[in-house]
Amino acid sequence: MGKKLVSLENIAFKYEGQSRHAVDHVSFDIYEGEWLAIVGHNGSGKSTLAKLLNGLQFPQAGTILVNGKELTEETVWEARSKIGMVFQNPDNQFVGATVQDDVAFGLENAGIPLPEMVQRVQNALNKVKMESFLNQEPHHLSGGQKQRVAIAGVLALQPDLIILDEATSMLDPRGREEVLETVRELKEENLLTVISITHDLEEAAKADRMIVMNEGKLYRQGIPTDIFQMEGELIELGLDIPFSVKLSKELKERGIGLIKSHLTEEELVRELCELHSKM
Amino acid sequence: MLDKMILGRYVPVDSTIHKMDPRSKLLLVFLFVCIIFLANNLISYGLIGLFTLILLMLSKIPIRFLYNGLKPILFLIIFTFVLHILFTKEGEVVFNFGWLEIYDGGLRQGLFISLRFTFLILVTSLLTLTTNPISITDGMETLLHPFKKWKLPVHELSLMMSIALRFIPTLMEETDKIMKAQMARGVDFSSGPLKERIKAIVPLLVPLFVSAFKRAEELAIAMEARGYRGGEGRTKYRQLKWQTVDTLLMLSLVVLTILLVLLRS
Repeated sequence: MGKKLVSLENIAFKYEGQSRHAVDHVSFDIYEGEWLAIVGHNGSGKSTLAKLLNGLQFPQAGTILVNGKELTEETVWEARSKIGMVFQNPDNQFVGATVQDDVAFGLENAGIPLPEMVQRVQNALNKVKMESFLNQEPHHLSGGQKQRVAIAGVLALQPDLIILDEATSMLDPRGREEVLETVRELKEENLLTVISITHDLEEAAKADRMIVMNEGKLYRQGIPTDIFQMEGELIELGLDIPFSVKLSKELKERGIGLIKSHLTEEELVRELCELHSKM
Repeated sequence: MLDKMILGRYVPVDSTIHKMDPRSKLLLVFLFVCIIFLANNLISYGLIGLFTLILLMLSKIPIRFLYNGLKPILFLIIFTFVLHILFTKEGEVVFNFGWLEIYDGGLRQGLFISLRFTFLILVTSLLTLTTNPISITDGMETLLHPFKKWKLPVHELSLMMSIALRFIPTLMEETDKIMKAQMARGVDFSSGPLKERIKAIVPLLVPLFVSAFKRAEELAIAMEARGYRGGEGRTKYRQLKWQTVDTLLMLSLVVLTILLVLLRS
């Protein structure tokens, strides 16, 4: 594992007027170059966690270190330039009148001079394959396209870490695949670190590491294969495990000679085919 | 359907006026509104009419769009004309029909005032017909820039305007969706007495407002996450280009003003 990019130490956060902690003394590290999935049912504190990481909220207890520097009111803008965020609703994060204006919005805020800005907007849009939509208005784009523009807007700022806060939950399956594929490619190319906050376990299955949140507490962390072993527990937490994991388990119980556990459909199909050819 | 009412004003045609800098167009309209009051005789009105006509020809806007702009104000034009004919009693009587006496002064006054109205509306609607709303916003921001000294929040105003414009289609779509949802539950928007119809709008407005506020909040968070902290130290991506055409048009306006001053009686 690479070096620590962000570490959370004993973070606690409570919304005003609520008795329960939204985030209840949580500690974990985020390493450079990894894809970390944070899962949990509604109200488990996973979205609050994202807001804390980006300094949109500040914890009442504990410290967050970004690149070894503590995240405080003074360092928040510096931290935000390193941490990009893509939100849930594609419409409500589109600031500009057209695609290129929206990508430029973050750059304008950072005071980047015009020639460089034009360059960066172009590059970022190329990376998410939206370069042919430069002057398109948001209401002519699909949800998946809007989210890709949002990703381009984040990329243009050249962050170290991208947080996807349920960024695919309002998209249709095609848009979802489109967005995840884009992020996956970017991660390979740029050694970007990705945190995806989601309740879609199919999406989480493809991550390098997973964190399960429950009632504000960190319930479990580990690699997806290990996490999905605790099938029953996950269901109790209000999470549904991926179809392929379920099917492979059922098949094993019925005495089909499968050995591995299967996080994706492809893996399952492959082993079933291998098994079939051996028979 | 609904967004045509507000945004459909802009007619994208390839013309000299369309390509002009929004700043010069805004200035043009502003100055035109001022100097039109200089005209007070047939020649000066003719001159302004000629200038308006040239602008309209340059813009290549189809006549029906201009007529649409004029339509709501047509009644006012006719009304003032009739009012002047009936009540301005200057000069000689040109027409006498029992109690009705029409003076040539009234005729002239009425004609001039309605012409003034017509020219004003035509030129101002030319601005919105040939410039897309975002460019108008950009132009306003740069033109108002000097007023920053007197604490006018110029950047904030223009950002507010551009965000409002960006969200019009989104909110229209949402209105449409809510309307259909309410219609599916048996709300009737299109018939019945006026009072009932106005009442039917309430269940449309409430969810729309709730969602608009939610959107605003989310947008604010998204903007902050992307490093927005006010206008200080911000650069601008959209650049306005002042071209020769703009200078020429401004000069022609100066010439027009001088001619008007000379020709007015």
